[in-house]
Amino acid sequence: MSRRVLTLAAVLLLLAAPLVLPEFYVTLLNYIGLSSIVALGLVLLTGVGGQTSFGQAAFVGIGAYTTALLATRYGISPWLTLPAGIALTVVIALFLGFITLRLSGHYLPLATIAWGIAIYYLLGNLELLGKYSGIAEIPPLTLFGVALADGRTFYYLIWLVALLALFAVSNLLDSRCGRAIRALKGRTTMAECFGVNTARLKIVIFVYAAVLAALSGWLYAHFLRFVSPQPFGVNASIDYLFMAVIGGSTEVWGAVIGATVLTFLKQWLQELLPKLTYESGNFEIIAFGLLVIVMLHRARDGLVPYFARLVPADRKRMLPVASEPPPRRAQPQRGDLLLELQGVAKRFGALVAVKDLSFEMRSGEILGLIGPNGAGKSTVFNLMTGVLAVDAGKIVFRGERIEYLAPRDIARRGITRTFQHVNVLASRTALENVALGAHLRGHAGTLSATLRFDRAEEARLRHEALRRLEAVGLRGHAFDAASTLPLSSQRLLEVARALCADPVLLLLDEPAAGLRHLEKKALADLIRSLRGSGLSILLVEHDMDFIMGLVDRVVVMNFGEKLAEGSPREIGTNPDVLEAYLGSVA
Amino acid sequence: MNTAIALWLSQDAVMNGAIYALLALGLIVVYTVTRVILVPQGEFISYAALSLATLQAGAVPGTVYLLIIAGVSVALVDTIALVRRSPNRGAASATSPRNDASGAIARILFWNVLVPLLVAAAAWWSASRRDLLVLQVLVTIAIVTPMGPMLYRLAFQPLANASILVLLIVAVAVHYMMTGLGLVFFGGEGLRSQMFPGLTFQLGILSITGQSIAVVITAVVLILVLAVLFGRTLYGKALRATAINRIGARLVGISAEFSGRLAFTLAALIGAVSGILISPITTIYYDTGFLISLKGFVGAIIGGMTSYPAAAIGAVMVAFLESFSSFWASAFKESIVFTLIIPVLLWRSLTAQRIEEDEEP
Repeated sequence: MSRRVLTLAAVLLLLAAPLVLPEFYVTLLNYIGLSSIVALGLVLLTGVGGQTSFGQAAFVGIGAYTTALLATRYGISPWLTLPAGIALTVVIALFLGFITLRLSGHYLPLATIAWGIAIYYLLGNLELLGKYSGIAEIPPLTLFGVALADGRTFYYLIWLVALLALFAVSNLLDSRCGRAIRALKGRTTMAECFGVNTARLKIVIFVYAAVLAALSGWLYAHFLRFVSPQPFGVNASIDYLFMAVIGGSTEVWGAVIGATVLTFLKQWLQELLPKLTYESGNFEIIAFGLLVIVMLHRARDGLVPYFARLVPADRKRMLPVASEPPPRRAQPQRGDLLLELQGVAKRFGALVAVKDLSFEMRSGEILGLIGPNGAGKSTVFNLMTGVLAVDAGKIVFRGERIEYLAPRDIARRGITRTFQHVNVLASRTALENVALGAHLRGHAGTLSATLRFDRAEEARLRHEALRRLEAVGLRGHAFDAASTLPLSSQRLLEVARALCADPVLLLLDEPAAGLRHLEKKALADLIRSLRGSGLSILLVEHDMDFIMGLVDRVVVMNFGEKLAEGSPREIGTNPDVLEAYLGSVA
Repeated sequence: MNTAIALWLSQDAVMNGAIYALLALGLIVVYTVTRVILVPQGEFISYAALSLATLQAGAVPGTVYLLIIAGVSVALVDTIALVRRSPNRGAASATSPRNDASGAIARILFWNVLVPLLVAAAAWWSASRRDLLVLQVLVTIAIVTPMGPMLYRLAFQPLANASILVLLIVAVAVHYMMTGLGLVFFGGEGLRSQMFPGLTFQLGILSITGQSIAVVITAVVLILVLAVLFGRTLYGKALRATAINRIGARLVGISAEFSGRLAFTLAALIGAVSGILISPITTIYYDTGFLISLKGFVGAIIGGMTSYPAAAIGAVMVAFLESFSSFWASAFKESIVFTLIIPVLLWRSLTAQRIEEDEEP
């Protein structure tokens, strides 16, 4: 039984459920559908994007109260209050996102707790919103003149929206933006180096999740036809997080499974425990906490990934169909001045990592950057790609100063790199990792990805990624998770990803480390053929045989300074270089 | 507002700020060492305050039974882990495997079964002895503090490598459990323990209670002791090493489990002391601790969850904000405290220079 069949079965079960289940369970399923929509936002934001929010219930509240107020007091049609609620949510989410998401770590959780508490008090204290007693007699939704007043009818609306949301988020995650979103969790530097505006993308997924929550709130208000502040507090937000985590916060179906398990668990504990203990106490909260802990001890990634192991993945992975490559950029004229470092310096506290470094590079050249460990080579890469800010000096690329630019702007100008410490999305396939390199060669945004308007472009990007994988000899591993490849192959994966960006200048940080002899030879051939196609390459490497047979010129660094510069032959006999590497001969 | 009121509010703020600073410290130790955001820190406060009040009322608090049950569970889990591991240990303990194992089991039983039983005996004996206030305080600390490492062993050690998010969810689940148990042990009624015998004296227009001085002095002393512990002792250095680089610390032989237990012990001790300090000042309910520790958390966040001095300053800021807003707009006290964090965030966001790398997934 494949996953596709399981999904289909789940949808059919959902369709049939209200025909056979008693009213009570239909209501329960309605609540599960409403929660699934919110938890789905958290899968995108928290599980995949790595940003924790404690404020989703408050966004549900915004959606619910907007329609409640506009529909009861001003008699506006519920179909018009939906866009109003969403617009309000977007404005608030943009503000909260702007002040917190440019920072790392803990600021979003805190700001959303603050926002959740504030909105709860606001809803409870405003006369206009009925204070703590809320707003009643919200009109039902009407569709073609038929009022959706009955739970069984409303069931289909809720689950239609939930399944559409599920479809939308899976589409988004399976796209150019989706690859970038996955990199937000702990790989922001790498993503920035391939042109992803990570701060903006974090805000985008925060707004996306907030809109899903507001949509759920709008449905909630017209389903229950009554709103009060209680279900929109921080506790409810925490419940949504529980759902996402227990279901499996990296999978879209995790939201549905988590919402189902949690809702039934709470319901059963409330019914069952008073019968067992003969007193109504807070035993259900104790049992609930205990069960959650046990569940996460057994399946820390959530229930969906835990059981997904039992179901074989769909075997036939579709290789990307052949399609024309995405547009390439024009390479500069061979021999033109490409890159110039002038007096570049970088210090970390008292440690001088790079000191008064100057060299230049011409287009179509392979330049080797060598030096003993700790000479500052990787720091130079980080300065050139904007990952670190220079303390002094200029970096000029094609006549333009770039030392003050952000990594993504430098990437846009055609400088791409690999990382000394392999920096890949471990659980994603090799193909996806390489396709991330082509981020700047595509343009489809979150909306077109959600609506599947990006397929033609996506096919081009994926096929380009496959061609690059083939170039480094990893075509056979296209669908293997990156973490399952040996380290040397992961290095080649990085090379393929960098090539996928169609660079003008390629920075390779120890690409041959750990490679076997034949693999090194293949890599050297690849690098030569790249030069043949007009690419310029700056190469950091420790393997002297590899580098000396390959490069046109060498710059030698020691203790952050340039020690020597020249052809491989000159460098090989330079006494200063020999001393730096081997110690004094005399 | 006149000067007298301002001074009075400030006194209140300094006292609360000292406690928030302590709590922030505990949260940061636990977070940096184990990556757990210790949501149940607040329950240690409630448990300590209510246990003390129960002892003073002449009864044995329910937390004693929890301590015994948790201890037995830890002993079980540890023994099972020991038995499962022993066949693989092979050569290392080949000389006297039996002695080695029985010694380990004896140690497990001593710390997790015998000690809790001794604490229970002390609790039973000290209950109702109103003359032995200090003893009751010590017994309360002895009840609550061991719960820290036991909690770590049972709930968090098996998940040591899980993501921060999963650890957070487990922490919230533990918080739910412990709050529910608190209701079972102490009921919904609030309790207030008896004031430490002390004097009230007049400083200008301000009357200062012995209690508030006791709070500030205890907090400051405890912070200094912790500073010495971190700066000067091997255990403290082990904790700091784990906080800075978990893998590196492990490579030089610092056990992550040990550091985790130690961090949780400190956090529970801090919670217990804070609970005892505030219990004579305000009525404590089974769920009061959470809100108190949340303010410590806000202080810790202002300090970026890593810097102790910044967290202490943040905690005192929170206390002042709370104190003065309770005078001007008491209904909105809680929301003002939490909402005024937003300008701090805005400021930090606008002054942030480059993209910061998040923690590894």
